[in-house]
Amino acid sequence: MTSPAPAAPGLKPFAAMLRREFAGYFRTPLAYVFLAVFNAFAVSLAFFVGGLYESGVASLDRFFLYHPWLWAFLAPAAGARLWAEERRQGTLELLLTWPITVWQAALGKFLAAWLFLACALLMTLPVAFTVGWLGDPDWGVILSGYAGSLLCAGACLGIAAIASALTRSQVIAFVTGFLACFLLVLVGYGVFDELLTGLLGQEGLFIRWRQFVFRVTVDDFRQLGLWRNLEPFTLGLVDARPVAYFLSVAFAGLGLSTIIVERR
Amino acid sequence: MPLIEAKHLSKSYGALRAVSDVSFSVDRGEVVGFLGPNGAGKSTTMKMLTGHLRADAGSAHIAGFDVADEAVRAKQHLGYSPEGAPAYGEMTVREFLRFAADLRGLADPAESVRRTLALCRLEEVAAQGIDTLSKGYRMRVGFAQAVLHDPEVLILDEPTDGLDPNQKHEVRRILKEMAATKAVIVSTHILEEVGELCTRVIVIAKGEVRCDESREKFLARGADLNAVFRQLTA
Repeated sequence: MTSPAPAAPGLKPFAAMLRREFAGYFRTPLAYVFLAVFNAFAVSLAFFVGGLYESGVASLDRFFLYHPWLWAFLAPAAGARLWAEERRQGTLELLLTWPITVWQAALGKFLAAWLFLACALLMTLPVAFTVGWLGDPDWGVILSGYAGSLLCAGACLGIAAIASALTRSQVIAFVTGFLACFLLVLVGYGVFDELLTGLLGQEGLFIRWRQFVFRVTVDDFRQLGLWRNLEPFTLGLVDARPVAYFLSVAFAGLGLSTIIVERR
Repeated sequence: MPLIEAKHLSKSYGALRAVSDVSFSVDRGEVVGFLGPNGAGKSTTMKMLTGHLRADAGSAHIAGFDVADEAVRAKQHLGYSPEGAPAYGEMTVREFLRFAADLRGLADPAESVRRTLALCRLEEVAAQGIDTLSKGYRMRVGFAQAVLHDPEVLILDEPTDGLDPNQKHEVRRILKEMAATKAVIVSTHILEEVGELCTRVIVIAKGEVRCDESREKFLARGADLNAVFRQLTA
């Protein structure tokens, strides 16, 4: 050492990253377009397609039913800029030579994006209040529905982060992320059941590793569906399994995207 | 201990050997002109020194810290402006510098930004979006973020590229003012910069160091620096 080291920055770099990224969403009109589109679709789908009003039930399950579709489209739209924009502008080189670890930078970016999606979700609260005004809903169930939707958004964002780390084009990042999320929506509805049965066989696929035997069935794939994991939340059931599923996908996406950026 | 130390750095891109066994060190007070034709390995060497690229072999130290193993500590002592001075175009100059100051965890970020804006004569465009600036100003913004924390080590990749003569003079003036307390590496194609700015010259070609000597020795090689350059890099 040739001179006293500057004070250790601690969490300051992470906090600075989080602030910049979150504010970054509102620097362009795109954020407002995003929020408007999310709200318009969330409300329209619930009322006009789901028949929330006609059902005569003071519940938001018909509102949350479409959230996997919405997040599959809009989380990749919000997450496309995470790394692709840094690569396009050439600022990734700058960022990675500043005293912040890639993990701190990645977590700051990811949480900022998740917070932005949370804002979009919070803006739909008038739907809940409307249901509260029209009837007598179980507010605990509504709260768990919102929590599930937010977790579902995080999982889609994790996938979007990987797509964004792989390219310098936001458009390619968005399309790739959307397709991957779309697949996770469809698999839960059993769209690929026949195809998967053909591939895995009626009994499922047996994988042997040392003394262990793993059986992978078509139903296991179905368990990966976004709606299948969100549904319990909309019924007021906060089960450990779907929570673990959403968080695993979110943080696996975050981790993998960070490794991709680190190994550039 | 030298402030910048490159030990046997090598880097390949597939079959192409971009940098091959490059070693040198830079002490406080030295301004090293890093010369070489396009594709010689200058930027790759700088990227390895700054920790942006991982070396295939060898090591790099900034202020005594290994850029691979003690990356954050090393980067605290480093100011780096990559080629083309990239910056977040949607931010204003002040916002960008403030972000850099916050990210570096500086004790008084507002004062650091104010001082740097004055030093780089950026006050008049401080509230302007970086995307709307001329190339000259953008290069100065890139330079400003590199000196914001008054680092001991400055690595600048073509900091005067695309600037008009007045702007070049301005950047050189600031660099000269700072040089006494820092170790500086400046990559350039502009041979006149050697005489005006540098205390030492390293010429690199085909990924290898072809010459590493004092400015005086380099200038004594011949009156026609272009011919000297061609001969060294052939």
